[in-house]
Amino acid sequence: MTTKILSLNTSLVRPQRNKRSLQQRRARAAWLLVFPALFLLAGVAGWPLLRTIFYSFTDAALDTPEVYNFVGFDNYLSFFDGEAYGVLGDPLWWKSVRNTLWFSSWSVSIELILGMLVALLMNQKFRGQGLLRAAVLVPWAIPTIVTAKMWGWMFHDQYGVVNDLLLRIGIIDGPLAWIASPTLSMWAVVFADVWKTIPFMALMLLAALQTVPADLYEAARVDGATAWQRFTRITLPLIMPAMIVALIFRTMDALRVFDLIYVLTSNSEATVSVSGYARDQMVAYQEMGSGSAASVLVFMMVAGIAASFLYAGSLYNKEKQV
Amino acid sequence: MKLTRRQRYLRSKSFLYLAVVVTATFCVFPFYNAILTSLRSGQDLFLPNYLPTTFVWKNYINALMVNGIARSLLNSMIVATVTVGGCLLVSITASFALARIKFRGRQGLLFTILCVSMFPQVAVLSGMFELVRFLGLYDSLGSLILSYTTFSLPFTVWVLTTFMKSLPVELEEAAIVDGAGLWVIISKIFAPIMAPALVTTGLLAFVGSWNEFMFALTFTISGENRTVPVAIAMMQGSSQYELPWGNIMAGSVIVTLPIIILVLIFQKRIVSGMTAGAVKG
Repeated sequence: MTTKILSLNTSLVRPQRNKRSLQQRRARAAWLLVFPALFLLAGVAGWPLLRTIFYSFTDAALDTPEVYNFVGFDNYLSFFDGEAYGVLGDPLWWKSVRNTLWFSSWSVSIELILGMLVALLMNQKFRGQGLLRAAVLVPWAIPTIVTAKMWGWMFHDQYGVVNDLLLRIGIIDGPLAWIASPTLSMWAVVFADVWKTIPFMALMLLAALQTVPADLYEAARVDGATAWQRFTRITLPLIMPAMIVALIFRTMDALRVFDLIYVLTSNSEATVSVSGYARDQMVAYQEMGSGSAASVLVFMMVAGIAASFLYAGSLYNKEKQV
Repeated sequence: MKLTRRQRYLRSKSFLYLAVVVTATFCVFPFYNAILTSLRSGQDLFLPNYLPTTFVWKNYINALMVNGIARSLLNSMIVATVTVGGCLLVSITASFALARIKFRGRQGLLFTILCVSMFPQVAVLSGMFELVRFLGLYDSLGSLILSYTTFSLPFTVWVLTTFMKSLPVELEEAAIVDGAGLWVIISKIFAPIMAPALVTTGLLAFVGSWNEFMFALTFTISGENRTVPVAIAMMQGSSQYELPWGNIMAGSVIVTLPIIILVLIFQKRIVSGMTAGAVKG
């Protein structure tokens, strides 16, 4: 208590100097305040990441991680008798890269379009708005594994409702093997993912739409702008920043897809993602070394894509300022 | 023929409601279908039907008791609650500092935290595996609490920081003038005001932990340590080719209902939390 009164007194006498020291004190305290969180993060994220990189240069096996030899870059790529080995020499790795990129680009772009439509719909005034919002939140609330099981059942080739509905409408003549067919199974994964993540996209875009002032639309209407012109000239530019953020979030999320594919199509070669590939190397084949190498490659791939997004974003901002 | 004003109005209204009905059906139908399936048994399962035909509760009892969903519900509850509680506790002070104090390195810290929250889980898998074994936590709920912190903590720090930034600066100034120290400001002023934001952030992080699959699948083996997603994924029938769809759907409904109810009760909060990071940042 006494110290407090003292410090108050000095502050009365020398307000200028004390203000600076208050700032300094706060800055020093800031590090103390973030320390517990930083320490934990370093322990559960930084350290394991470093160890993963470390293990990617060894031949450790999963059940005995303490026994290892350094093998240099062999887990990544090595040549033996003119044959390529290592993750980068594995055709399945490249297949999983193509799968992941294909999955991410299709599901994120479909989500963006459908999410935008849902957001525009939710932005209208009508009775039952609350009910629609509740309905839209349902897919978001459902765990991904449950989503995978539900869609797996709906896509069932003999008893699933998807085939049943399509047959009834007459779009297809016979049942399709959604899960087993290599070409269709990827679409099944995309559909399930789109269903699951439309709410996120729609709600993000809705929040942005609600910040657009209504009188802008009023003015455009008076000037005779059509609905499409109002959308492309007013809405889109104004919600662009929020849209880009939502896109980045969703792309990062899609690039690390694992659980949906693992359960819906049992990690089949036609659908396996880079995360699924890395985990298989590590857990199914017990090869901690090459699994870690694949993990590091996944990390670099995702980081690279994120960095190029950020770079494109900064270019876009610069262009706007000029 | 030109439509009258009223006809045009009616046409656009009915178009609007049609779109609403289609959207709502699209979002709810898979879950509705799961409920229908969970209430059927035997041959009924294999006849696609869009209305409830039978009400068999056997699947629910099977899923809860035989397939161990009851146990994994408890596990998931423990893991998610401890993870979220711990993360929130550490995040309050961190997010206060990140949002309210100007210090060197703040932007860098925020950026790092955002990056960690987005990086792929598989990147830490083998390092985390080693850590879990080193701490003797393999095949225990502790391993999940530890590993879930990886993605939960950056998330809670990030969202709470955006919430903290939105509070008026006068609040703090008044407290400083009154001679309150940082700790008093955080515990007596910010924590109470932040209560709703804490609930929101906690709920979102809870859902995240509840849904996690990769760590849970890798770090636990025995049936009694499974969390909900792993238990659902592992549900198997008597033979490889016969999946007990009735039981699986019953289990799915059981583990989803609590979350759906929570989400619907707190829907406004959840939406604000979901968009907090993006729209303002």
